[in-house]
Amino acid sequence: MSNILTFIELTADGAPRSSAAALLQRASQLGTPVAVIAIGPAHRDAAVTALGALGVEQVAVLASESADGAVGSAQTDAVAAAVDAFSPTVVLLPHSAEGRDVAGRVAARLGAGIVVDAIDLRADGDSVHVTTSAFGGAFTVDSVVEGGLAVITMRQAAAGEAAAAVQATVTELGSQQSTPAAVVEARTGGAAASGRPDLRSASVVVSGGRGVGSKENFALVEQLADVLRGAVGASRVAVDSGYAAQALQVGQTGRTVSPDLYIALGISGAIQHRAGMQTAKTIVAINTDADAPIFDIADFGVVGDLFSVVPQLIPAIEARTR
Amino acid sequence: MKIVVLIKEVPDTWGERRLDPGTRRVDRAGSDGVLDEIGERAVEAALAYKDGAADTEVVVVSMGPSSTSILRRALAMGATSAVHIVDDRLVGADLGWTAAALAGAIERTGFDLVIAGGESTDGRGGVIPAMVAEHLGVPLATGLSTLQISPDGIRGERTADEETLTISAALPAVVSITERMPDARFPSFKGTMGAKKKPLEVLSTADLGPKAAQVIDTAARSIVVEVVERPARVAGPKIVDDGTAVAQLVDFLSSKQLV
Ligand SMILES: Cc1cc2nc3c(=O)[nH]c(=O)nc-3n(C[C@H](O)[C@H](O)[C@H](O)COP(=O)(O)OP(=O)(O)OC[C@H]3O[C@@H](n4cnc5c(N)ncnc54)[C@H](O)[C@@H]3O)c2cc1C
Ligand SMILES: Nc1ncnc2c1ncn2[C@@H]1O[C@H](COP(=O)(O)O)[C@@H](O)[C@H]1O
Repeated sequence: MSNILTFIELTADGAPRSSAAALLQRASQLGTPVAVIAIGPAHRDAAVTALGALGVEQVAVLASESADGAVGSAQTDAVAAAVDAFSPTVVLLPHSAEGRDVAGRVAARLGAGIVVDAIDLRADGDSVHVTTSAFGGAFTVDSVVEGGLAVITMRQAAAGEAAAAVQATVTELGSQQSTPAAVVEARTGGAAASGRPDLRSASVVVSGGRGVGSKENFALVEQLADVLRGAVGASRVAVDSGYAAQALQVGQTGRTVSPDLYIALGISGAIQHRAGMQTAKTIVAINTDADAPIFDIADFGVVGDLFSVVPQLIPAIEARTR
Repeated sequence: MKIVVLIKEVPDTWGERRLDPGTRRVDRAGSDGVLDEIGERAVEAALAYKDGAADTEVVVVSMGPSSTSILRRALAMGATSAVHIVDDRLVGADLGWTAAALAGAIERTGFDLVIAGGESTDGRGGVIPAMVAEHLGVPLATGLSTLQISPDGIRGERTADEETLTISAALPAVVSITERMPDARFPSFKGTMGAKKKPLEVLSTADLGPKAAQVIDTAARSIVVEVVERPARVAGPKIVDDGTAVAQLVDFLSSKQLV
């Protein structure tokens, strides 16, 4: 496998988003990654430098004023133009809001085959085998693309060790025949930077459910996450009740997570919640109800009151890690 | 205004959902098919607009081998008419075929606005709306948690990965919504009775136009080569907190090198 086009999501000022590093590492396992970006001309150089710092040797750039004003349009054009320029067999994108829009548009425009939310990739001669999981991890599915270009979105994952920084070579991409796009009227700043790892790629996730009882009490979930250097998650009921932000919902209609450790606090373990977390390596549940279904999949279950267990657990873990 | 709503039948998430390792497809016998919850919300979004603009036509479109019961349900909720794409040639359709077929049916029906769910609960791909928009050559606004429809455009909020955007588009356009959108109404008895008399058109691939045919005949496609069922998780120890639970839990975590 030669060139692997890798679509990199950028912030408006040209910084690669958190999905970039792991995606580039995936690409380099299959071939030579070519990072594809669309960026306003003012931030072009910053973006190229930032990608070089991630170890990317080749960057294909579409510099366009509309890169952050028209939703997904310049990005789609950039990937389509890069396919022309590099004739890759595979295009990788993050399975994020933007990555999915671009993947869908590119695949439809170019008549490519598309596989989404991949958890693993494997080269086999000229084709690539893509592993996805279905029904919350109950099934593992192996697919290949036949008859042309493969467009693949990857589930976000933790990045491995960083590659050495390089000076990237730049290919300028020409503009394309765009499809009309929606326009951005306003942006309200990102989710307040919590300093915690990203939920989708964290190796530890501590989640709270209805049993946590209130937004104020949710601080307990956050404190436990912090001593474990983990991310915070929530059940749908906790989100709907306003205890936690929507971006933290884990489950069938929220995020899918596969951390090394998942701790469920006051979560019953409804089938739709389990669909988002049951591929975690180790699951711990704390729940007052001994019959809660979460215990059926927990590697360690504590039948008890989270308000008594967690305040003792936090210092006990702190004592270990100190 | 003509609004097309894309709805999909999915296995009920409250039941056991299975893939059949033999056919490598969803085991439809293994679980009841229902109208996807997000699809109900998409229908609701269209009907909410129709409530205030009576000359609005709401057409529900679905592709899939199964019964027409989900289309009848949407008609009972208040949709005007339904289109069902069903053809043996489409058995085992991948995302590419599905999007091309839906786009073909939408073009044939005519539209000002297409409303889809953000992600279906079985496929969870969340790329069909983008693919359909590209085939139709119109603006795309996905993942909307609010949606205002007016005669010439749409506007809504989209919580992308790290920020919330307010976005807008002129019509015609394709949008997809999230479960933050309002809950769907229940069909009334009168609605259910009336639904039986509403038009329901059945289309095969031959009706979908040359673009869809071209995709089905020539585009690259993804093929499932293997489906493996993962072994069910086995529960570990479950202890009742008698004051020593924290110590036992910390020992467990440290035995797994997690603390
Ligand atoms: C189509 C669809 C999609 C859905 N998608 C999702 C999804 O993505 N994510 C999701 O999470 N849900 C989802 N749901 C909702 C899901 O069915 C459940 O309603 C939800 O997961 C329940 O949340 P919970 O466990 O916090 O609340 P509950 O089920 O009410 O459980 C609360 C638990 O807290 C325990 N508890 C109470 N007090 C304490 C205490 N002091 N200490 C310890 N334990 C205590 C109780 O014993 C109970 O088990 C979906 C539902 C549908 C129909
Ligand atoms: N077979 C189908 N028939 C009708 N609509 C569909 C179909 N597949 C996907 N959709 C629409 O696309 C949305 C997203 O689905 P998906 O891309 O499968 O996650 C769904 O909520 C539907 O609105």
